Amino acid sequence: MHKTEKDKAILLREMSGANVDKCMKCGKCSASCPSYDEMDIRPHQFVSYVQNEDVEALLESKSLWKCLSCFACVERCPRDVKPAMIIEAVRQMVVRQRGGNYLLPDEVPELLDEELPQQLLASAFRKYSK
Amino acid sequence: MEVNQVQRIGVFVCHCGTNIAATVDIKRVLEAAAKEPGVVHAEDYQYMCSEAGQQKVREAIKEKQLTGVVVCSCSPRMHENTFRGAAQKAGLNPYMVEIANIREHVSWIHKNIEEGTEKAIILTRAAIAKVMLNAPLQAGQSKVVKRALVIGGGIAGIQTALDIADAGYEVDIVEKTPSIGGRMSQLDKTFPTLDCSACILTPKMVDAAAHEKITIYTYSEVEKVSGFVGDFQVDIRKKARSVDMSKCTGCGVCQEKCPSKKIPNEFNRELDNRAAIYTPFAQAIPNVPVIDRENCIKFKTGKCGVCSKVCLAGAVDYEQQDEIVSQNYGAIVVATGFDTIKLDKYEEYSYQSCPDVITSLELERIMNAAGPTKGHLERLSDGKAPKSMVFIQCVGSRCADERGKSYCSKICCMYTAKHAMLIRDKYPDVDVTVFYIDVRTPGKNFDEFYRRAVEEYGVHYIKGQVGKVAEHNGRLLVQGADLIDNRRILMETDMVVLATAIEPNPDVRKIATMLTASIDTNNFLTESHAKLRPVESPTAGIFLSGVCQGPKDIPETVAQAGAAAIKVVGLLAKDYLVTNPCVAKSDELYCNGCSACEKVCPYGAISYEDREVNDHGIREVRRVASVNSALCQGCGACTVACPSGAMDLQGFSNRQILAEVDAICR
Repeated sequence: MHKTEKDKAILLREMSGANVDKCMKCGKCSASCPSYDEMDIRPHQFVSYVQNEDVEALLESKSLWKCLSCFACVERCPRDVKPAMIIEAVRQMVVRQRGGNYLLPDEVPELLDEELPQQLLASAFRKYSK
Repeated sequence: MEVNQVQRIGVFVCHCGTNIAATVDIKRVLEAAAKEPGVVHAEDYQYMCSEAGQQKVREAIKEKQLTGVVVCSCSPRMHENTFRGAAQKAGLNPYMVEIANIREHVSWIHKNIEEGTEKAIILTRAAIAKVMLNAPLQAGQSKVVKRALVIGGGIAGIQTALDIADAGYEVDIVEKTPSIGGRMSQLDKTFPTLDCSACILTPKMVDAAAHEKITIYTYSEVEKVSGFVGDFQVDIRKKARSVDMSKCTGCGVCQEKCPSKKIPNEFNRELDNRAAIYTPFAQAIPNVPVIDRENCIKFKTGKCGVCSKVCLAGAVDYEQQDEIVSQNYGAIVVATGFDTIKLDKYEEYSYQSCPDVITSLELERIMNAAGPTKGHLERLSDGKAPKSMVFIQCVGSRCADERGKSYCSKICCMYTAKHAMLIRDKYPDVDVTVFYIDVRTPGKNFDEFYRRAVEEYGVHYIKGQVGKVAEHNGRLLVQGADLIDNRRILMETDMVVLATAIEPNPDVRKIATMLTASIDTNNFLTESHAKLRPVESPTAGIFLSGVCQGPKDIPETVAQAGAAAIKVVGLLAKDYLVTNPCVAKSDELYCNGCSACEKVCPYGAISYEDREVNDHGIREVRRVASVNSALCQGCGACTVACPSGAMDLQGFSNRQILAEVDAICR
């Protein structure tokens, strides 16, 4: 199924669990970010890009791989917006879209192992199947 | 349904412009109402509350000999009195009027016309069922004590007291600290005119102290409040000052000689120390010191007594006790003011760890000639003059988390522009940068003031909240982002000033509880109507002045203080108040003397007495409930608690409520 930019923006809101509408655009996330200079799209911009449903630009941003997930932005955000969670969600979206189908539902029963936490399987399935 | 044939009910349905008519089919409501038993008249009008609308009500009462009126309109909080007045003018008892709230309860909350109309019809039916059982009630009278109490002696309280006193009424100010003056006395200069705070405040303090109608109780707290509008009984605790106010000359020798001088000075935001016997500041009113007994060597060890020895007037009195003053008041004004929030949850700004990171109120004291640095701008860590300063806005304001406050503190944008300008004016070599989220300057000459800071004084304004402040090579490193230029900012500076959020004085909660005045989640006192009754508490006789009601600057505070004063004067000008006749009444024949009602009554209006009753020919003395109608507020808690059904609320009797429920469920 082809997803529109709008669908993706909604999906990003769901995946991140962040409420981008609470943002008051103070920029404290970017001010706190240790990777700020390395980023092409800055943490505070991630929030407004999702609001503006400009998801393609985020998917192509090199910032995704510069974010250290230090969560300083989440910790200090006065509005409880959680920018790092949005960046993480975009990363997830890229990973999910990348490459082919590495894992099919049919293959799962074979992989089942009592020692294996179910969470791992669920997350692998999310990452490696389209 | 059995219908009292004597009743002749008129129903009046209001369109409220399109407020109601757009969501409720008025015609169908009218038709349904007209079919109800007892209804002899039904009509609609665009604005029933207008003079023309009220005229319709009055005419119908006379022409159709109506015995009861139902108005289907907005909330009774809005216009019940309007229609009661109209009924009275037409010769009908005002308590024979019922309101069916088809605006707030129907049209404003429903979108679907079908559902809205159905609900409006049901509410109208309920009101008709109730009014059928209404009985004419007569309002009583209660006296008004012509004296007002003002809690808090800052600019809000002083101005309110002066205005009430100038109108000729007695006013008492109760101030917790040793002097009146409040926050304004701590400020150096005031925006937007940059006049000296003390120069404009001190004369007002002197006026208040000298006014023959004003009594000031400093170092005192309200301890107990009972009674009601027109006649509150208040106990004020005058804490022992340990100095005889009638003897002290205010010479100040005691403070100089006191050997215990290492006590954090609250007035200077604890940036320096004071003695155990002290007046908070030189212009204090009264200019009489107090002994801080917790820190006084004499009180701690029994030895010392230096202040007593050096006092030529013999005013020091270690034996002095707290005193309770009991006084009656017709009205009470709350003017308890504010404090800045604690910053212990904002580690990223290093306020706790770096002495050169200060709050704006601390900067006021540093800039003040009577402050801890005698007005010299210097770093508290090493006493050096700063070459660069950073101001951070919105610290703790506009926060969605528990670290700060959800609201805008309103005054910070302006005082930061003021600080920046004053520093650039006095120390042109100091570089000043302000980090802002938004610059909010609504107010007369306010934006012009801020623009002057930028255009004439060269203050740098950078859009973007600061991420972190840290000590670095003896200076401070500020990490931020310029959101306009989209670039990283890492700058070294000498001092950081935090525009700390303000919050209501923490004591206000205790006071609000004593006054049964409502308070919001941020501890601001609630006004009776956000737009139309902004200085009155919903609790009758309680008025609000200053920041206790919401963030505001000095001009707004003074304006509100005057508004509160005129409301108080309007109340005190009356000799008697009309009391609400919708009060509880106990039927002595049903009362079993269980005391359940007495226990639930929040106003202490119910007492028990031994009374001779005639129970169907049997005369005996029984212990029965008795309601003081002056104290009863008609809340109805007792009617619910009464197990025998003896307690009833006039105007809202159990029969009436059940008739409404029946009408709704029909």
